[in-house]
Amino acid sequence: MALREQPDVSAPAGIAVEARDITRRYGEGQTAVDALRGVELEVTSGELVAVMGPSGSGKSTLMHILAGLDKPTSGTVSIAGTEITTLSDSKLTRLRRDHIGFVFQFFNLLPMLDAEENVVLPLTISGEKPDRAWLDSLLQQMGLGDRRRHRPSELSGGQQQRVAIARALVTRPTILFADEPTGNLDSKTGGEILDLLRASTDAYGQTTVMVTHEARAAAIADRILFLADGLIVKELRSATPADVLAVMSGLQ
Amino acid sequence: MIKVALKGLAGRKLRAALTAVAIVLGVAMISGTYVLTDTIQSAFGAVFTTVYKHTDAIVTGNSAIGRNNNSPTLPPSFSESLLGKVQKLPGVEEAQGGIADYAYLVGRDGKVISGHGAPPLAFSVHPHGDQRFNPLELTSGTWPAGPHQVDIDAHTASKDNYKVGETIGVVARGAEQTYTIVGIVQIGGVSSLGGATMTIFDFPTAQKVFHKQGRLDSISIAAKPGTTPAELVHEIKPLLPAIAQVQTGQAKAQQATKDTGGFLSIIRDFLLAFAGVALFVGTFVIANTLSITIAQRTRELATLRTLGATRRQVLGSVLVEAFAIGALASVAGLFLGLGLAKLLNKLFVSLGIDLPQAGTVFATRTIVVSLLLGTFVTVIAAMRPAIRATRVPPIAAVREGAVLPESRFARFSAVTALLTIGGAIALMLLGLFVGNLSTTNRLLAIGVGAAAVFVGVAMLAKTLVPPLASVLGWPGRRYGGAAGNLARANAMRNPQRTASTASALMIGLALVTLVSVLAAGLKARFEGAVNAVFRADYALTATDNFSPIPVAPANALSKVGGVTIVSGVRGGEGRAFGSRINLTGVPGDISKVIFVDWAEGSQAIPSKLGWNGAFVSKDYATAQHLAVGSPLDVETPTGGRLHLLLRGIFAPPKGGSPYGDVTISARRFDAAFQNPQNIYAFVDMHGGVTAANTARLTAALKSFPEAKIATESQFKHNQEQGIDTLLNLLYVLLSLSVVISLFGIVNTLVLTVFERTRELGMLRAVGMTRPQVRRMIFGESIVTALIGASLALPVGIVLAFMVGRAIKYAAFTLPWGQLVAFVFAAVIVGLLAAILPARRAARLNVLEALQYE
Repeated sequence: MALREQPDVSAPAGIAVEARDITRRYGEGQTAVDALRGVELEVTSGELVAVMGPSGSGKSTLMHILAGLDKPTSGTVSIAGTEITTLSDSKLTRLRRDHIGFVFQFFNLLPMLDAEENVVLPLTISGEKPDRAWLDSLLQQMGLGDRRRHRPSELSGGQQQRVAIARALVTRPTILFADEPTGNLDSKTGGEILDLLRASTDAYGQTTVMVTHEARAAAIADRILFLADGLIVKELRSATPADVLAVMSGLQ
Repeated sequence: MIKVALKGLAGRKLRAALTAVAIVLGVAMISGTYVLTDTIQSAFGAVFTTVYKHTDAIVTGNSAIGRNNNSPTLPPSFSESLLGKVQKLPGVEEAQGGIADYAYLVGRDGKVISGHGAPPLAFSVHPHGDQRFNPLELTSGTWPAGPHQVDIDAHTASKDNYKVGETIGVVARGAEQTYTIVGIVQIGGVSSLGGATMTIFDFPTAQKVFHKQGRLDSISIAAKPGTTPAELVHEIKPLLPAIAQVQTGQAKAQQATKDTGGFLSIIRDFLLAFAGVALFVGTFVIANTLSITIAQRTRELATLRTLGATRRQVLGSVLVEAFAIGALASVAGLFLGLGLAKLLNKLFVSLGIDLPQAGTVFATRTIVVSLLLGTFVTVIAAMRPAIRATRVPPIAAVREGAVLPESRFARFSAVTALLTIGGAIALMLLGLFVGNLSTTNRLLAIGVGAAAVFVGVAMLAKTLVPPLASVLGWPGRRYGGAAGNLARANAMRNPQRTASTASALMIGLALVTLVSVLAAGLKARFEGAVNAVFRADYALTATDNFSPIPVAPANALSKVGGVTIVSGVRGGEGRAFGSRINLTGVPGDISKVIFVDWAEGSQAIPSKLGWNGAFVSKDYATAQHLAVGSPLDVETPTGGRLHLLLRGIFAPPKGGSPYGDVTISARRFDAAFQNPQNIYAFVDMHGGVTAANTARLTAALKSFPEAKIATESQFKHNQEQGIDTLLNLLYVLLSLSVVISLFGIVNTLVLTVFERTRELGMLRAVGMTRPQVRRMIFGESIVTALIGASLALPVGIVLAFMVGRAIKYAAFTLPWGQLVAFVFAAVIVGLLAAILPARRAARLNVLEALQYE
């Protein structure tokens, strides 16, 4: 648990994630592809940031690097004041466990565990006991109060994604990464999920970075970053879906 | 379609290879068995052909009660006067008499040089006579001449480093004598016949040491030019007494080869039975592996259907894939068998069965049987998964997370399983207990029944997996944290898969349990019998615990001060009521050292047998409808007829009888048999068992190294060594099946890890460490193996109980220590099986795993 006690006091207060001059190159020589070409980014605590961009713009790569799932070719990333690009696998695993939550497009729940077991899985893995009150309020918030003992196969897609969000929030991570969280849902259900993400930031001050290609999704964010050809080309604050679409059509 | 199937196979090399391992090992066992036994057979054939090359005809002793290849008893010798008559025949150019018997060589340590279960052969030669009949060749030195010289075989000479000019001890009929080695010999081009020691005397010395003055064991004859071997045999035949026979040299060589062939075919069938078990386990592994791969390819198969492939084509593509795997695996197994043959031979040597070998024989039959069987078994095992594959609907191609539809019969599975088990047990009971079945039918019923029991239990296993995994996974859940908990949940997640994987292990472990429980039962009964029977201070037996011993050592012990009784049980074979019986002979005082219950008569019967008296076991009396006073005619190997009167009937203890079917007085026995031998003898001394008494008896046996004394507990222990040796051999052979099922667990886990790639990525993403991932896989593997063990132990115990009841000689005793050891063995199997899959799972790149489709 060393990392949890370790947040660097010298780090600028209120900065959850900080990325400096990130580049990411895949392959070598003639066939090399530059997915990111020098991205600068800061996410303040309590902020909901959406990353948008057309296919191949590098938005997924950026998120993977910010979350420590991939390493940049150059540049630095720090989460809660800890420089993560040079961490060993086990330290990185600890960091993920203590500071990062994930929501995936395909939910990725364990089919043999029920909803509540899936939610507390990160705590189970790190050998911690869940805080009952927090868990109850979280499940209530996610509308899963009466679905605790249901297996994923007995839940709808939207309910499964709610379980996944609860699983991401249960550790009260420094930052939550959501990768196309509505990509696999119909529009009504997707809307409910977006409301939940917005609500978690508003209610718990949950710092969130969401990668999406849906204008409607981006519109819930406090700040929208537009990525094209590996660079952040535009930034909007509190935009409507129409604003987002306008920017996007300009990029394509 | 075939192209698609084969390309798919090429694209899944690891999976194909893992599937193939089970078949490779099973086929290797078959091919190895054939190669080994063929090689030995051909070596023997070559030896015998060489040995009888210049012999046109040969006269040998002929047991009046018929030949028995499995008996170590030598045929009777005949009068030397026959030689003179044969020599005078017009067609005979040359005829030479010979002696063949058993004699032990004694090493420098004063102990008998072991022939590793092969008999200690002894031959005579005529150093100054015609050498054309001599089966031996000198590799150094000269032929023995005179009463103080011998030659020994090259195998012993090189193994124990004996050279010409050194002395060596030899035990023939009486006490050990010392001889000078004057030559080293080989036979038919090989240094030894299956590890048998050879002692060569000159002819007169051989007659003397084996107490065969005026007698012969063989006459080798060469025909005059113009006389064919067949004509020669025809000329000789009228001269022969009943206890001698004549054959052409060629016929004798063929017969000798056939005799060893009979012995070899027992070994071959024995090994093939284990190869069959291994392949049977292999079919479980293959069926399971293919089921998993097909489940994982649901979307791919559905895509094929949307592209217009028919169900028949889907079935065909799966079977073609299985055929290709089976054929390739069989070829690999065939050649691996060549290596395995050498390993099997080493196994037999280490257990004391040394077989001669020359050039490796790789027969066409070996190739055909190995390839056909391996391929056939694979295709059969693929049938069920292939049929399931045809039920994949085309819509599955576009559906996220589509799963293979359940079999239509799935919901009847528990009932079907119970019916199968019931039928299987009924079939086994039929084979075990119903009278008048031929041995083949009996073994077939038991074998098929046992196989069906395994199939039935495997079917039932699906239902048993969730509760078993829940219980067996409890320690992991309690002490293994999240990893242990997930391991347990994973094991219960797909009950069918876990059940099939565990069932493969169940078969091997159940058979191991069966033999271990049976062996424990045999030992318990045997010990009970010895406890009931043994009334002496010491027993006298052969050093190897099982060979009969000459009477001389017992006579030597009777001269030791303080000895009050030495009473031995003579053993031999005879024929009564048209069938072969074990005939024993006892002195009048045997009841003082051996106690048996009497159904008719009393402990005094042995002392009242006289010349014509006999007693029989209760079973024999019942079988032949005998009562006290019944006449009883017994034929001896030398053609004598003993007209006996039944004086008593004894009831032997269940664990074995100290006496044969029919017992006569030792005096009568010694008169009827050429070379009377004791199976064992018993000794009483003043003071009973004491260190001093033991030392005195041991000292008296100094010149009889083929014999040793034992106290009651030593005697039991010694006699049980045979059971232990057999048990170890069975364990080693069954371990092949366990190894195959281990690969089955590896297969399942590798495929499961592969299938759960994205899930593992998620677990790592939410903070599971690599060691935790490894622990999770190890946990699942161990739980699976333990499920196998917990199915295996009850099945093995039930089978042992049934077989034990049938063979009567086994009590029902559970060897707890060994059963616990088998559970630990299962845990070790689980640990070994998880190494590779756990490493793969832990090494998954989190990002790639998360994006994995």
